[in-house]
Amino acid sequence: MKIAIASGKGGTGKTTVAVNLVLSVEGMQLFDCDVEEPNCNLFLGQELEKVEDVSCPVPVIDSDKCTLCGKCATFCRYNALAALPTGIMVFPFLCHGCGGCGLVCPEGAVQEEPRVLGVVEKGKTTAPLEFYRGLLNIGEAMATLVIRTLQEHIDASRPAIIDSPPGVACPVIAAVGNADYCVLVTESTPFGFHDFKLAVEVVKLMKIPFGVVINRDGLGDSRVEDFCRAEKIPILLKIPNDMRIARLYSEGIPFVEEMPGWKEKFAAMFKAIESGSESGVMNA
Amino acid sequence: MKICVTAKDKGMDSGIDPRFGRCAYFVIVDSESGSVNSFENTALDASGGAGIRAAEAVANLGAEALLTGSVGPNAFSILSEVGIEVRIGIKGTVADALNAYREGKLEAIDSPNASAHAGMK
Ligand code: SF4
Ligand code: SF4
Repeated sequence: MKIAIASGKGGTGKTTVAVNLVLSVEGMQLFDCDVEEPNCNLFLGQELEKVEDVSCPVPVIDSDKCTLCGKCATFCRYNALAALPTGIMVFPFLCHGCGGCGLVCPEGAVQEEPRVLGVVEKGKTTAPLEFYRGLLNIGEAMATLVIRTLQEHIDASRPAIIDSPPGVACPVIAAVGNADYCVLVTESTPFGFHDFKLAVEVVKLMKIPFGVVINRDGLGDSRVEDFCRAEKIPILLKIPNDMRIARLYSEGIPFVEEMPGWKEKFAAMFKAIESGSESGVMNA
Repeated sequence: MKICVTAKDKGMDSGIDPRFGRCAYFVIVDSESGSVNSFENTALDASGGAGIRAAEAVANLGAEALLTGSVGPNAFSILSEVGIEVRIGIKGTVADALNAYREGKLEAIDSPNASAHAGMK
């Protein structure tokens, strides 16, 4: 079972939920798909090793064969090619590696070479959990490619937690898209609520069953709860706005390690999601 | 020599537009023949790489000098590849920009003076 942890905006506690959840259930895998800012390991402190490079095929123009017809540049919707009087100029940073320019070139003048734009890493310790993360090089745009490559390492025979990037853009769709369940983490503040509703729309469109974790509960008002009740969205867990939790967070310690009662709560949430009985979890 | 000015509209009396990739028109003036031709900037609505498309168009129109306000790194690499002289600091109308250029009042740049996506709103 693949469970994605997502949120409409950053800083709501997505990573906290992901990390504490994997530490509460035996034999989990964790995939940090927030490839522009992978944070999970701040709390896990694992030694990492490279698993593979993530690269995108970019065109290289053979100027001996190229007749400067310009078909490749006209085709490229990402404007990664410029047809100039002096030759074709390639802007590799903008290329999405679709291969289309090579297909439309009548002269066979387009070759490809891989350009590395990120990396997949793995924690050296495999117990009690297996940890993978993706890292997109600074200035690169293709987060989705790193996320897809990262997700190829999911072992389908074991539960996997996917820490999604914040927001509702393409990388989130890539991270959450093939999950069996999505946990939306939010705070009950006006800003949090706005982004939360956007995230709800997106998971509904993707037709992925989902539930909600309210973080820093007690801060703000009851608008998220009221909304969930009206929309029949299960509230899976409430994490209180607690000084101790905040302090452990700032020290990079997953709070389930110091506050063991919480392991059971996270484990119960997982069981409920797994068995499909989550709609009753905390809703009473 | 063909000189390109980035403008809001067609012709010599049009107001200039300082944003290279996102201007509406390129007004090309031939300093020898005095002919004036205006070309729509089709890159205007590009979601990314507008500067590349714009620089490609200006290069293919045969301009040798570009008078504008700001040029990002991708566009600049094209302009310098093709050897187009880039001058910035234009104000007023296309005619004003040309006069300022003739009088040597426009600053020449040899590196981009805007970041990529600077013209996006
Ligand atoms: S591979 Fe696709 S995105 Fe890359 S330059 Fe060619 S057409 Fe553009
Ligand atoms: S399509 Fe092929 S021949 Fe035409 S400009 Fe591009 S690389 Fe050259």
